[in-house]
Amino acid sequence: MAQERATIAPPRRPSKSEPAAELAEQMRELLPAIEPDRTIDDWGRSERVEALLDRTLVDFFYRYWFRVEVEGVENVPAKGGALLVSNHAGALPPDAAMIGKAIHEEHPSPRQLNILVEHFFKGFPLFSMLLPRIGCVAAHPANAHRLLCDEEQLVLVFPEGAKGTEKLYSERYKLRRFGRGGFVVAAMKAGAKIVPVCVVGAEEAAPVFYQARFLKKLTGLLYFPVTPTFPWLGPLGMIGYLPAKFRIRFLEPIDTAGMGPDAASDRALVQTVAQEVRARIAENLDEMLSQRRSVWFG
Amino acid sequence: MTASRRVLVTGLATYWGGRLARALEEFDEIEAIIGVDTTEPTHELERTEFVKVGHQHRLIERIVEGAEIDTVVDTRLVVNSLTTSRKVAHETNVIGTLNILAACSAADSPVRKLVFKSAAHYYGCRQEDPAFFTEEMERRDRPGNWIERDIVEADDAVTEFAERNPRIAVTVLRYANVIGPEMRTPHMRMLALPLVPMILGFDPRYQFVHADDVVHTLEHAVIRELPGVYNVAADGVLLLSEAIGLLGKRPLPVLPPFGTGLIVAPLRQLGLRIPDEMLDQLRFGRGLDNRKLKATGFEYEFTTREAVLKLREHFQTARIVRAMQEPYRYQHEVETFLRSSRHVRERAGAAEQPE
Repeated sequence: MAQERATIAPPRRPSKSEPAAELAEQMRELLPAIEPDRTIDDWGRSERVEALLDRTLVDFFYRYWFRVEVEGVENVPAKGGALLVSNHAGALPPDAAMIGKAIHEEHPSPRQLNILVEHFFKGFPLFSMLLPRIGCVAAHPANAHRLLCDEEQLVLVFPEGAKGTEKLYSERYKLRRFGRGGFVVAAMKAGAKIVPVCVVGAEEAAPVFYQARFLKKLTGLLYFPVTPTFPWLGPLGMIGYLPAKFRIRFLEPIDTAGMGPDAASDRALVQTVAQEVRARIAENLDEMLSQRRSVWFG
Repeated sequence: MTASRRVLVTGLATYWGGRLARALEEFDEIEAIIGVDTTEPTHELERTEFVKVGHQHRLIERIVEGAEIDTVVDTRLVVNSLTTSRKVAHETNVIGTLNILAACSAADSPVRKLVFKSAAHYYGCRQEDPAFFTEEMERRDRPGNWIERDIVEADDAVTEFAERNPRIAVTVLRYANVIGPEMRTPHMRMLALPLVPMILGFDPRYQFVHADDVVHTLEHAVIRELPGVYNVAADGVLLLSEAIGLLGKRPLPVLPPFGTGLIVAPLRQLGLRIPDEMLDQLRFGRGLDNRKLKATGFEYEFTTREAVLKLREHFQTARIVRAMQEPYRYQHEVETFLRSSRHVRERAGAAEQPE
């Protein structure tokens, strides 16, 4: 990553960042070695649970239920840290799992995907156990930095956050505000590429008709959606997805390394990049939606 | 700056003080090791001199000046809220630390280095925490339990002292949960149970450090020059269930996720004593970024996993070993006689040298 960065960066880059890059490289070498006897990594990710979930649910949904079609998977870098940014909606959104599976199935050199999720889940029983095991990490800037810069991994973020999952069926594919651009800052600090991702289908697969605010308060949940199956079928209703046709499109990456080391502290630049990412996703979503003839058959 | 030659260990009677003094005795370039504490040391020491004194800063200052101490190692910090009462812990952690700092801060003080043993309790365990704490992350909120409040106060006082006294190289070491055969912490007690209680629906991330590595880091900080704050934790973060599995035990998720505090109070009466700060850790866990210390050339002997496996061995052989060990007892008169009487014969190694 560091060598790559050196070739992309303009030569007039201030020299003080050179030792910084060197230091980053040095710190990278000091990361704990992976112990081969363990099936769980330092973030709490479990190969076994992930494989089990893949065999039982994800594979079925990917192949037969959502019949996922993928475009532009080559835009996901084969190595180095990269931040995938996607649109987001639905009760218990299936989009993250499908993006991860798409990279796993279609990419020439499959990589594991880390998903940034709300801190809320860390405090909620059972979710706090399950989510880290399948690659979800609390969306803390330090976590994003360690994953992107030190461990050079793929990270998926939904900048719409909880506001995205709160969207009702009638508001589908209307992108919410992209936070305060925190995801751009994280990518810039790590010098990672930003890969915008568009997902069509997810917002129909788990439609939300109503947000029950009083039940949200009562249960302490992040949101309390009313869907065709939830809460009628209990917690299992959360994965009662409708068989919408999925299309995932990975867009051209935006390289933040070339923007220089001080880019992260430049608010204007951060906002511009965040707007740019949002605009690209919105544009491509519109195009994909206009080409689509049926929600269920594509 | 010169290397340490004359070392003062405060808290000599604590487990760490004793072990550190014994380790430092092996270094020939350290000419004087002096230990202070209010109670007698529990480790057998050869050339360390023990002075029975509290942490009154005037007295310590006199020892520091009289013995021309260049390095002070403060190992007194109390992190176990079960074995020490709130009042004593506050006295030791906050007032004691301030006194030690005061004893070193005179303008003509010979002290050039201060090593402070702090704890990862400084960071706490909260929902909005990062997965790995780095040294520059400050604690913003007021800790919810008194032991962490005291530790934060002590740690802050030491870092502030470092800023005000640039002529003294101050090392702050923040330790993760220590495990080892001789540890008597709430976590050790819990892990020794055949069924280890957990909070239902939570499986926190835990990072441990082996007791031997703790002594090595203290030694490393005395021998080397490392100003700044360093996290000390072994490589690798385990899930609690994973650690329990490595110990060959079974997790028992009996603590309710809601109203845990209410259940814990009666459990304490029954003998399962879980302090408040541990309750947070059982829920949210804690991970530390240990790379800064490793960058100074320190190498850990054990990873977290190896430390847990080592503990398993210990649990299996504990009963046999306990019967064989006889505790060391400090006898002032005997120690003084052995050290200063001219009738005592030199030990084998030294006796071979011609007079």
